[in-house]
Amino acid sequence: MAERQEHQGKKKKAKVRRFYDYSLVFTIIFLILFGLVMIYSSSSYSAQLTYDGDSFHFVRRQGLIALGSLAVMIAISKMDYHFFARFARFSYILSYILMFLVMTIGKTINGQKRWLGVGNMTIQPTEFVKIALILYLSAIIVKMGKRVNKKEGLWAIAIRTFPIGAIVAVNNLSSGLIIMGIGFVMAFVASKRKAPFLACAGLVLAAYFTAGPIVEFIYSKNPDIGYRLSRILVWRDPEAFATGSGYQVLQGLYAIGSGGLWGKGLGESVQKLGFLPEAENDMIFSVICEELGLFGAVSIILVFLFMIYRFMVIANNAPDLFGAMLVVGVMGHIAIQVILNIAVVTNTIPNTGITLPFISYGGTSVLFLMAEMGMVLSVSNQIKLEK
Amino acid sequence: MNTNQTCHRGRIALLFVLSSVITAVLLGRLFFLMIYRADHYSAMAEDLHQRERTIKAARGRIIDATGTVIATNRTVCTISVIHNQITDPDQVVEVLCRYLDISEETVRKKVEKYSSREIISTNVDKEIGDAIRDQGLAGVKVDEDYKRYYPYDSLASKVLGFTGGDNQGIIGLEVKYEEYLKGKNGLILTMTDARGVELENAAEDRVEPVAGNDLYISLDRNIQAYCQQAAYQVMEKKNAKRVSIIVMNPQNGEIMAMVNVPEFNLNDPFTPGQNLVSESARQEEFEAEQAAAGKGAAGKQDLLNQMWRNTCINDTYEPGSTFKIITAAAGLEAKAVDLDDRFSCPGFRIVEDRKIRCHKVGGHGGENFLQGMMNSCNPVLIDVGQRLGIEQYYAYFEKLGLKGKTGIDLPGEAATIMHKKENMGQVELATVSFGQSFQITPVQLIATVSAVINGGTRVTPHFGVKVVSSDGENVHTFSYPVEENVLSEETSQTMRYILEQVVAEGSGKKASLPGYRIGGKTATSEKLPRSLKKYISSFIGFAPANDPKVIALITIDEPEGIYYGGTIAAPVIADIFKNILPYLEIEPAVEESTGAFRIYS
Repeated sequence: MAERQEHQGKKKKAKVRRFYDYSLVFTIIFLILFGLVMIYSSSSYSAQLTYDGDSFHFVRRQGLIALGSLAVMIAISKMDYHFFARFARFSYILSYILMFLVMTIGKTINGQKRWLGVGNMTIQPTEFVKIALILYLSAIIVKMGKRVNKKEGLWAIAIRTFPIGAIVAVNNLSSGLIIMGIGFVMAFVASKRKAPFLACAGLVLAAYFTAGPIVEFIYSKNPDIGYRLSRILVWRDPEAFATGSGYQVLQGLYAIGSGGLWGKGLGESVQKLGFLPEAENDMIFSVICEELGLFGAVSIILVFLFMIYRFMVIANNAPDLFGAMLVVGVMGHIAIQVILNIAVVTNTIPNTGITLPFISYGGTSVLFLMAEMGMVLSVSNQIKLEK
Repeated sequence: MNTNQTCHRGRIALLFVLSSVITAVLLGRLFFLMIYRADHYSAMAEDLHQRERTIKAARGRIIDATGTVIATNRTVCTISVIHNQITDPDQVVEVLCRYLDISEETVRKKVEKYSSREIISTNVDKEIGDAIRDQGLAGVKVDEDYKRYYPYDSLASKVLGFTGGDNQGIIGLEVKYEEYLKGKNGLILTMTDARGVELENAAEDRVEPVAGNDLYISLDRNIQAYCQQAAYQVMEKKNAKRVSIIVMNPQNGEIMAMVNVPEFNLNDPFTPGQNLVSESARQEEFEAEQAAAGKGAAGKQDLLNQMWRNTCINDTYEPGSTFKIITAAAGLEAKAVDLDDRFSCPGFRIVEDRKIRCHKVGGHGGENFLQGMMNSCNPVLIDVGQRLGIEQYYAYFEKLGLKGKTGIDLPGEAATIMHKKENMGQVELATVSFGQSFQITPVQLIATVSAVINGGTRVTPHFGVKVVSSDGENVHTFSYPVEENVLSEETSQTMRYILEQVVAEGSGKKASLPGYRIGGKTATSEKLPRSLKKYISSFIGFAPANDPKVIALITIDEPEGIYYGGTIAAPVIADIFKNILPYLEIEPAVEESTGAFRIYS
C-alpha cells in the first residue's frame, strides 16, 4: 500500500490518521447543487403551469430531500462499513418483498407501476434494490473466497443477480439492466476468469450492432411489433416517428443540436418550454446541452469521470475485499447509469427511461445515491494513513 | 478477512479505463450532434418554436368617376381571451357580456376553457373594441382587423363584387383587380412555447404590411344609381324577372353604369333572395329554393351563384332586332344595299323550304331600306343577308369582333354562341340577319354597336381606369386594345342617320327626347323554347346621334303584358338620357332644328 501513498500525499496535513475523501464529497455536493440549478431551469416553466404559478415546486422538493440525504450520507460515512454486512441478507430479502409489493399494491404514475407509498410520500423501491444488491453481493463474494474464481462461484453470483434484475425489468427495463450490470461488474472484478465476461461483452456488442437490422427485417415482414421492439425502429430513425414514439428522442436532439459549442446560456432553453417531455428528469442532460453547449456537457461528463476515478482510488486502497467490492458496486452503478443516460439522450442506444445520477429530479434516487456515497466514504474513512 | 488483491486492482483500473473509453465515444457522439448536426437540429427547432402572425394589409379602395369611394375598409376588432393571463375571470365575463351582448354562459365557458387563445367575438365595431381595451383587463386581447365595407350597399353589386374572410375578392372587380387591390400582408415572427404563447424578451422579426392600390373606375355612382332606380321601376311595373342596363362611352369603351336588378347588398352577400321587387322574381326564387332545399350546402351555393350573376356579361341571349344594326352595317359596308333600295314585305319571306314571318302579320308592303330599318322589317334584313351571302356575312361577323369576347375587365365573360360557318345554310343566314338562332352577351352587343356608330373603331368595354398606390406616388393607367377601321366612317355615318330616324319616326319613337338627337333600335326577342311565349325586350340607344357620347342598352327579362321593346324598353332609355345627358354636360344642340322639323311635318 506504501506505493499508493503519493495519491493521498496532499492529505498529509490532516491530523486524523484516517483518510476521508473530501474531493469526492465536494464532487457530490457540486453535482447536487448543479443539479438543483438545472432542475430549476428546466422545470420552472412546467411547474408554474401545473402548480398554480409555483415555479419552485420541483426544486424546493428536491432541495429538501437533498439536504436530508446529505445528512444521511455523512452519518453513514462515519460508521464502520462492516456494520452494514449484517444487513446484507436482510436487505436482499427485503428487495424481493418490496418488488412483490410494487407488483401488487404499487402506484401507477405516468403509466408505469414503479412506486410504493401513501399520498404524496412515494418511493421507488428499485433504487433500494440497487444498494441492497451491492451490499449482498459484496458479502457473498467475501464469503466465497477463492471459489469466486470457479464456475460455480460465478453461477452463484448470477443466480442472485438475475432473478431480482428480471423482476425489476418487468416494470422498469433500464433499472433491471443497471442491476444486472452491477452484478456483472462486481463479478468481473472479483473473479479471475476471463472467458465468461468476454463472451458477455461480445454478446452485448453483437446485439448492439445487429438489433437494428434484425428488427427492421421483422418489421418489414410484420409491422405489428411490440412497444419495446418499436423503440429500436425509433432509435434508428427518430424523424420517421416524429409525432409518435420518436417525439421525446427528437425533441432531445433538437435541444442538444441547438446548443452548439457554447450553448444558449443558463435558463435560455426553449425546448424546456413544454416541447421536451421529462425535461427535469430523464432528459435533463439535453437541457444542459442546449443551455451550456458542448462545453458545459463535456465539463459535466468530466466531473462524473473524476467521480469514477475517485471510486477507483478508494476501491484500490480499501482495507479489505468487502470494502473494495462495495465501492466497485457503487462505481459500476454510477458509471452504467451515467453512460446509459447520456447514450439515451444522444440517441446512441434505444430510448429507455433512465435518470442522470445526482442531477435528474427524483427524491428516492437522490436518497439512495447518497446512501451509496455514504458507504463509499465510509470505506474511504477506513483507509489508514501512514505518518 | 479477505484482502484486496492485486488482480482486483487491475480489474478495477480496467473498469475505469473501459468507462473512460465509452465516455469518450459518447463525447464523440455529442461533438457530432452539437457541431456537425447543429444547423440541422437548430433549424428544425426554430421551425417548431417560431410562430408567424400576419398583419393584414389594408385593401385598396375602389373610387368611381366622381371621386367617391364606393368600396373601402372598415376597422373591426376581434376580441379574444387568453386563459393563462386572466387574473379576474368574473370581471372579464361581466365586462365582455356588457359590451358584446353575448350570453353570460357562452362567455364564461370560453373564459374558463383551458386553451391558448379563445375567440369571443369577431367583426366588433372599433368603438366597442376600444372601450373594451380601455378597461385594461388582463388576458383580454383586442386585435384590429380590416373588413371590406361598401358604403352604397347594393350599388353596382355585381360589378364591384365583394371579398371573403381573408379579404380576397370573390366576384367582380374585386377579383379582376385582386393583385392591385390586395396589398402585401406584413409578418411578425415570434418565438413561442409549446402552447403557442409568445415568449417575452425574444427577438421579434417584423415585416411591415404594404397597403393595396386604390382602383379608379369609370363607373359613375350617380348614373348607376339613377339607372338602378329606373331598372327596379320597370322590373316591378312589368313584373319582369330581371332588368339589365349598361351605359357606356362608345368612343373609348368606358362603362358609366352597369345595372343588373335585382342587385344584392355587398355588405351581406350571403343571404339569397334579395331585392325581389317583382312577383315573378319571387316565384323564380321560391322554385330555386325548393330545388336547392334537398342539396344542402351545394344547393345554397347554387342560389348564391345565381344571385351574384352579372347578366350583362355572364349570360348570352338572342339579341333579336337590335342585331339588325349589324346586318345593315355589313350590307352598307359591302355596298350590297343602299338607303333607297326598294324592298317589299308580304309579311313573310320564304327561304328554301321555310316560311319566316315578319312581326307585322299583314306585311309592310313596299318600302325602301331606310323604311325597312325604321319598321324593323324582318324580310328586308333577310334580303340584305342573302345579298351578302354566307361567306361575306360571316366575314363581317368576325371582323366586327362578334365571334370572340369583348375582353371586358370582369371575370366570367361568356363567349358568343354562333353557328359554325360550314353548318350555315340559307335558313341560318336569314335568321341570323335579324338576330335569331345565335346568342351573344349584352356587353358584346353594346361593344359592337359602338363600333358601328363611332366611325368604325372596336373598343374594349371596361371599368378600370388607373390604380394609384396608397401613398399616391405610383400611378398605373390601364390601356385597352382598340381596333380601328372595322367599318368605314361613311358606313358609320349612314348607320347613325338610319338609327336616328328609327327613333325619330320609326319603332323607337318612344326613346325620343325633345332637344336631343337620339339614335337607337328596339328589339323583342322570343326566348327559347318559343312555345312558352316569353320575351326579352330590349332597346339600344345613343346620343347625340351625330356624335355619340353615350350609348345605353336595356334588357328586360320576361316582362308581362305589353312586351314590345319599343313600348316598354325605349321609354326607360329616354328617361335615363333625359337625366344623364345634362349631367354629362351634353348640350341639347339641335333644339331648333327638331322643332323646325316638327313644324314642317
